[in-house]
Amino acid sequence: MKRERQGSPLKKRVRKELLLQGNEAVVEGALRAGCRFFAGYPITPATEISEQLSVRLPQVDGTFIQMEDEIASLGAVIGASLAGVKSMTATSGPGFSRMHENLGFAIIAEVPSVIVNAMRGGPSTGLPTSPSQGDVMQARWGTHGDHPIIVLCPSTVRECFDLTIKSFNYSEKYRIPVILLIDEVVAHMREKIAIPDDEDIEILNRVKPTVPPEWYIPFEDTPRGVPPMANFGEGYRYHVTGLTHDVRGFPTSRPDEIDPFIRRLFRKLSQNFADLQIGEFFKTDDADVAVVAYGCVARSAKRAVVDCRERGIKAGMLKLNTLWPFMRGQVEKVLGQAKVVIVPEMNMGQISREVKRVNKGDAKVFTINRIDGSIITPQEIIGRIKEVS
Amino acid sequence: MAEVTKLIHNYLRHDKKFPHVWCPGCGIGIMLGALIRAIDHTGYNKDEIVLVSGIGCTGRLSVYVDFNTLHTTHGRALTFATGVKLARPGLKVIVVMGDGDAVAIGGNHFIHAARRNIDLTAIIVNNSVYGMTGGQYSPTTPYGMRSTTTAYSNVEHSFSISELAVTAGAVFVGRGTVYHAKLLESLMEKAFHKVGFSVVEVISHCHTQFGRLNRMGSAVEMMQWQRDHAVAVEKAAQMKDEELKDKFKIGVLVDRDLPAYQDEYEKVRRWSKGLEKE
Repeated sequence: MKRERQGSPLKKRVRKELLLQGNEAVVEGALRAGCRFFAGYPITPATEISEQLSVRLPQVDGTFIQMEDEIASLGAVIGASLAGVKSMTATSGPGFSRMHENLGFAIIAEVPSVIVNAMRGGPSTGLPTSPSQGDVMQARWGTHGDHPIIVLCPSTVRECFDLTIKSFNYSEKYRIPVILLIDEVVAHMREKIAIPDDEDIEILNRVKPTVPPEWYIPFEDTPRGVPPMANFGEGYRYHVTGLTHDVRGFPTSRPDEIDPFIRRLFRKLSQNFADLQIGEFFKTDDADVAVVAYGCVARSAKRAVVDCRERGIKAGMLKLNTLWPFMRGQVEKVLGQAKVVIVPEMNMGQISREVKRVNKGDAKVFTINRIDGSIITPQEIIGRIKEVS
Repeated sequence: MAEVTKLIHNYLRHDKKFPHVWCPGCGIGIMLGALIRAIDHTGYNKDEIVLVSGIGCTGRLSVYVDFNTLHTTHGRALTFATGVKLARPGLKVIVVMGDGDAVAIGGNHFIHAARRNIDLTAIIVNNSVYGMTGGQYSPTTPYGMRSTTTAYSNVEHSFSISELAVTAGAVFVGRGTVYHAKLLESLMEKAFHKVGFSVVEVISHCHTQFGRLNRMGSAVEMMQWQRDHAVAVEKAAQMKDEELKDKFKIGVLVDRDLPAYQDEYEKVRRWSKGLEKE
C-alpha cells in the first residue's frame, strides 16, 4: 500500500507501508543495505528469505544461487564478499551448525558477511516449525577457537528490517560476520511496517585502501583496529587465509605475531562497544521488578509489564537487541535498580546465565524456561512476577 | 635473464614466502611450474587472476603465487571460488586442490560445481594419499595399498577423479602427470581458455608417505612408474581393454561446449526485469 504525503516541496515523498512477515522484512532490509549476493540452502523456517531473494536479486543485477549445502552457501558468500559484493545467507539450526566451519574463516580472515538464523527447536533436526531461542550460545561460541562475534536479535518485523541493515553496516564497518538470530515466531509473524525513505537509512561500506598497492598491508593494525579492505580484482594482490596470519596475510606461527593479531580481532569490538549496543529500556526507571528479554519473548514481556503496572506492580523491561557482545552495562543498570530480575527465555537459560554472571548481588535473578516449542505468554511472565515480587 | 628466472620473478612471491613447505622431490613443484608457464602463455594480467586453494600440501600453493590468493577451509575451495566468480565474472578463477581436498571432503562441492558449469578451472593434484597429515588413505588410494590408516591393506576401492568430472558435467577434462610436464602445461592452457567448468587432474607422487609405505622407491622411481603406466588418449583408442588394465589415460578426456553458469544467469536477470520471456 502506498500513501502519499506532502513533504519537501522539491520532492514528493512516498511513504511506504507494507504488511510483511519477519523474513520478508529481512529481504527488504538486505536489499536496501546493498546486499547483491545471496547463497543459501532450503530450510524451514528461513526459506522465505531465499525464495524472495531469488526473485528480487536478479532484478537489481544481483545474484542468487542455491548451493548444495550450508557449508557451500557460506563459502560462496565469503567469496563474493571478498570480490567486493555485500553478501548474505539465511538458514536455521541444522544449517547453522554446518556453517560454523566457514563462520570461523570469515572471522579470522575478516570478511564482511551476514548470516540469518531463523531459530527452531533443537538439538539436531528438532522441531522444524516451532520456535526456540536455543542457538544463543551457539551463535556466540559455535565455531572453534577464541573469537569475537556480533549477534543481533529482533522482536518485531520492523526490527527485522532495521537490524538487517545494522547487520550489514556492522559487518562492513568492523570486517566481521554478523549473525541475525530470529526466532520462528518473529520470522513468520506479519506486521504492518513503514519502510523509511532511502535517504533516511544509514548505509555503511567497507573502508578501502587509499595507499598504492605496493604499500598496502592488508591486515595492519589501525587506530580503529579494522584494516582497510581491498576487493579482489582492484589491483591489490594479497593473500587471504584461514590460517593464523601476519599483517601481510601470510601464515605465521610466531607468538609475537599471533598474539597482537588475535587481540586486535577482539579489540575491534571491545573498543567500539558503545556502538554495538541496541536495546530498549521500558519503564525500568522506577521498577521494583524487571524483565530482561529478547526476540518474541520481549513482546510477551512488554505486555506483562503494562498489565502489571495497571495492577500497581512497578514492573519494567530491558529488551536486548544486541545479544553479543553482551550488553553488560545496560543489564547492570537494571540489576542495580530492580530488586528482582526475571529472565524468560525459550531455552534452558542461555542469557540468564550471563545476567547472573554480571549480577554483583544487587538483585535476585529468576528464570522462566520453555523448551517445548511453545511461546512464553504474558500470563506466564505476570504469574512469575507476582510469585517472586 | 633466463626464461625461468623471469617467470619466477613475475609470478612467485619469491622474496616473501620461500623456501616452500614441500618435500624435496615433490611433484607439486613441477605442477606449479606448469601452472605459471600456462598462465604466462594466456597473457592474463595478474590482477585479474584469483587463485583459490583448499587445505593440504597442494592447498599451500596459493601462498607462493603473486595473484589475488585465497586459501580456504578444507574441501570448500570451490564454494568460495563460486562466490568470487559470480560476484565478479570478469575475474579468471583458478582452484588448486589435492585429491582428499577435492573428492573426499569436497566431493559434493566438486560434482555440483561441475553440474552448474561454473566458469573456473579446477586443478587437482592426485598423489593418492593425505600427505600433510602423514600418509593416510584417500579416495584415490588404490585397493590393496598401504597407508598409515590402512596398515594392513586398503580394502576400499578408489575412484577416478577425471571420470567423475566427466560424468558430473565438466566441459573440459584433462589428465596429465608430473612426469609429462609439457603435456600438463598444454592441458592447463586449454583449460584456462575454456569457458565453463574445466578440470585438470595431475597424477603426482608422494614418495615421502605413500611411496615409502608401499616400497615404491624414490621420487624418480615413482615418476618412472607414471611414465610406464600413462597412455595417451589417442594411443589408448587403438589398444585392447586387457592391454589398458593397469594403465591410465592422459590427454584431453573431454572437450565440449555448454553455456556457463554466469551466462545462463544473465538470462534470469533479463527475465526478472521483464526484458524477455522465459
